[in-house]
Amino acid sequence: MFYYLFSNGVNVLSWKFLTQPPSQGMTAGGILPCIIGTVYIAFISLIFSIPVGVLAGIYLAEYAPENLLFRIIRSSIRSLAGIPSIVYGLFGVALLVRGINFGPSVLASGLTLGLMNLPWIVATAEEAIRAIPGSFREGALAIGATKWEAIRHNVLPFAFPGILTGILLALARTMGETAPILFTGVTYFTRELPRTPLHKFMALPYHLFALATQHDQIMKVRPMAFGTALILLIAVLCFDAVAFIIRLRIATANKWQV
Amino acid sequence: MAGLIGGLMDMDKGKIVIQDLNLWFGTNHVLKDISITIPARAVTAIMGPSGCGKSTLLRCINRMNDLIAETKITGRIIIDGEDICRSQTDVIELRKRVGMVFQKPNPFPKSIFENVAFGIRVHRLAKGADLNLRVEMALKQAHLWNEVKDRLRDNAFSLSGGQQQRLCLARCLAVEPQIILLDEPASALDPHSTARLEELIIRLKKDYTIVIVTHNMQQAARVSDYCAFVMLGELIEFDRTEKVFTNPGDKRTEDFLGGKFG
Repeated sequence: MFYYLFSNGVNVLSWKFLTQPPSQGMTAGGILPCIIGTVYIAFISLIFSIPVGVLAGIYLAEYAPENLLFRIIRSSIRSLAGIPSIVYGLFGVALLVRGINFGPSVLASGLTLGLMNLPWIVATAEEAIRAIPGSFREGALAIGATKWEAIRHNVLPFAFPGILTGILLALARTMGETAPILFTGVTYFTRELPRTPLHKFMALPYHLFALATQHDQIMKVRPMAFGTALILLIAVLCFDAVAFIIRLRIATANKWQV
Repeated sequence: MAGLIGGLMDMDKGKIVIQDLNLWFGTNHVLKDISITIPARAVTAIMGPSGCGKSTLLRCINRMNDLIAETKITGRIIIDGEDICRSQTDVIELRKRVGMVFQKPNPFPKSIFENVAFGIRVHRLAKGADLNLRVEMALKQAHLWNEVKDRLRDNAFSLSGGQQQRLCLARCLAVEPQIILLDEPASALDPHSTARLEELIIRLKKDYTIVIVTHNMQQAARVSDYCAFVMLGELIEFDRTEKVFTNPGDKRTEDFLGGKFG
């Protein structure tokens, strides 16, 4: 599949393709606004989901009591991670676009993606923290550290690579999602870059969808579609690769797991 | 036996006085009516077969059992006139006074220096040059300084098992405790490292009150001045070590020492 995309898309890739807006009814020009839009919403989603998700992960791993209520909460979080993204999209419309009245915008889309990411980040953060041996906490507590000091100095630094991997994988997924942004702010074409978070924006996955199925001159925009797909795929693969490398490095660096 | 416990209290004003201690994990009655007076500046060994509750008893002294859910404790443990079992007890302050070394060496995956400095930093005892000095002193006390002085920035996991265990001891000594609890500290070590550790324990007893849990009776005989024998959660016998080993007061102690079970 990558070869197919690459052979069809590599011809349109150029500096111009990356740095110019589309022109002549999208048959020429580039995809700059889509790249900016995608980075923008990914950024907003992470600003929301990283602090909330990591703190929730710490709470669930270290502080939450082991009882029925928290078992239900834990399994709910895992089920939330499996809900189809279109459902998040509709939820985003109801809550953010209409309810809070952000309107279709970068902010509404970013937060919708953030909500979608959140259970994923909570679950990976919790697991990364649980993977740290109890003896590190015990050792710190036994010399009179408070619980938070033990977590802060002897758990989080070692759980950090695992948490970061989860965040990168979530980020890769965020960049590729179309459904959650479909109704919450993405647009087929806009001349302006989103100046404020309340503007509409263009984004890579939706641009691809539009070029591939919604355009009236499909054959003429096909090379652009392949180029867009290739860029999106490369970006996602980059994040996955970084996540993979980090994971590999923890596996070799974790001398305590012998 | 009751007479002896009273007698010890008179002559040595026990450092740790445990009175009628009972402990349950859920419905499991782990420690039963334990009363014992642990003398200051001596090594007291707690021995007994596996699963008899000796580690649990040790962990009562610095309240590490707090970490286990559904633990219920009755009775008193008095250290320096204060009952540490009460909920008002400042556990952080208690654990500063009562240090602990665990069965498996558990250094933090940081540098050797940071491992020892951790407690000093947490309790804000020193910083800068003073901190370096304290780390050096603790490592010297644990007989580790000569082996690590040129590699203080190396990861603690690069040390051998015996060195790691002495590092854990240095980490605990660095916050200047009065009591040191050792939970089978040599069980993961080779004979040579064990011998070094035991030698160290004997040296430390002039400054510290040491309680060591062991299932190895030769070890108890080698390092301890007083010896408690615990079985199925009950204290069977507590006396001077020579007395327990040469003339045990209870048939069960005799059987244990004779190797009939272990």
